[in-house]
Amino acid sequence: MVLRNPRREVEMPGPLTVSALLERLDVNPESVLVIQGDTLVTRDARLSDTDVVEIRPVTSGGAA
Amino acid sequence: MLDIRRHNAAFCCDHFLKHCGEQVRRAIKDHDMIGAGDRVVVAVSGGKDSLALWDLLLGLGYVPDGLYLGLGIGEYSDASGHAARAFAHERGLKLHELDLAADFGYDIPSAAAATHRAPCGACGLSKRHLFNAVAVEHGYDVVATGHNLDDEAAVLLGNVLRWEAGYLGRQHPVLPASAGFARKVKPLYRLGERETAAYCLLRGIDYQVEECPMAEGNRHLGYKEVLNALEDRSPGAKAAFVFGFLDRAHDRFTDDAGAEREGLQACVVCGSPTTSDVCAFCRLQERVGSRADQPR
Repeated sequence: MVLRNPRREVEMPGPLTVSALLERLDVNPESVLVIQGDTLVTRDARLSDTDVVEIRPVTSGGAA
Repeated sequence: MLDIRRHNAAFCCDHFLKHCGEQVRRAIKDHDMIGAGDRVVVAVSGGKDSLALWDLLLGLGYVPDGLYLGLGIGEYSDASGHAARAFAHERGLKLHELDLAADFGYDIPSAAAATHRAPCGACGLSKRHLFNAVAVEHGYDVVATGHNLDDEAAVLLGNVLRWEAGYLGRQHPVLPASAGFARKVKPLYRLGERETAAYCLLRGIDYQVEECPMAEGNRHLGYKEVLNALEDRSPGAKAAFVFGFLDRAHDRFTDDAGAEREGLQACVVCGSPTTSDVCAFCRLQERVGSRADQPR
């Protein structure tokens, strides 16, 4: 799986839900989008061993 | 496709895009943000919020121009500028461009070094000053910025923690026009960051995904982290915080905001409205220039 910011690849045993993945990585679901292949997916989507998943942070750092 | 728990809903692509348009339409209508015939300029950074905003306003029938400010933050700014230009070019839109280094003799890294303060302060100051200055110079009625629900919640939290009464009085989706100031509006204030990012993804808008390297660890990000922790446990917390403030508390601070705007005069250097002889932007320029002139 591909994570951004910092960009890295991790091995994660599937199948598991998006929620479970984020919990294992200690990532708050409110701070990211999860993209399975090229499809945006919800928390209950199931991910398999062979999926390429991007966990894209959405939080902008600039102050108002 | 996307679950938004505060709405107790998961959206398919079409309905999500419709949802975003409706939230912006409602924000504009509820707060009289843009009147018939108003000329609008969108402050564009190349990031998800400003490009989503520009696209949403186009979808609602407005024809705003864009304004991009080069901040001089290395590859990050290069990529941001590229995203802004590509968006404008692909749609035949007008994009004004300024560059801090080329036009004003400094950039954000040098400003941070000269002031010994976090770069976000110099960045915000520069943007606010120049967005308004360009709007006034070119006769725009409205400056639209991409501040979203998460931004407003984080700023509100900071203002409340410190009981910054003047800032609380000025925190609103619309800052009306006044002498030397164009109207400033935040049409995205009802949409969260996940939504604006998802909007860009689903609309095929290439935006600057990487975070600003100079923002890492800043207070604003810290507030967002806390608020997202709350939101995860209690969906709707951020919206309740911001919308509740606007509905039931904002008016209690407007006198404090008004007091801060009294006594505005023209800056002796650039003519922009300021409470002192020289405005903060010109003082920053002077300070960075002074440091640049000092022997190493």
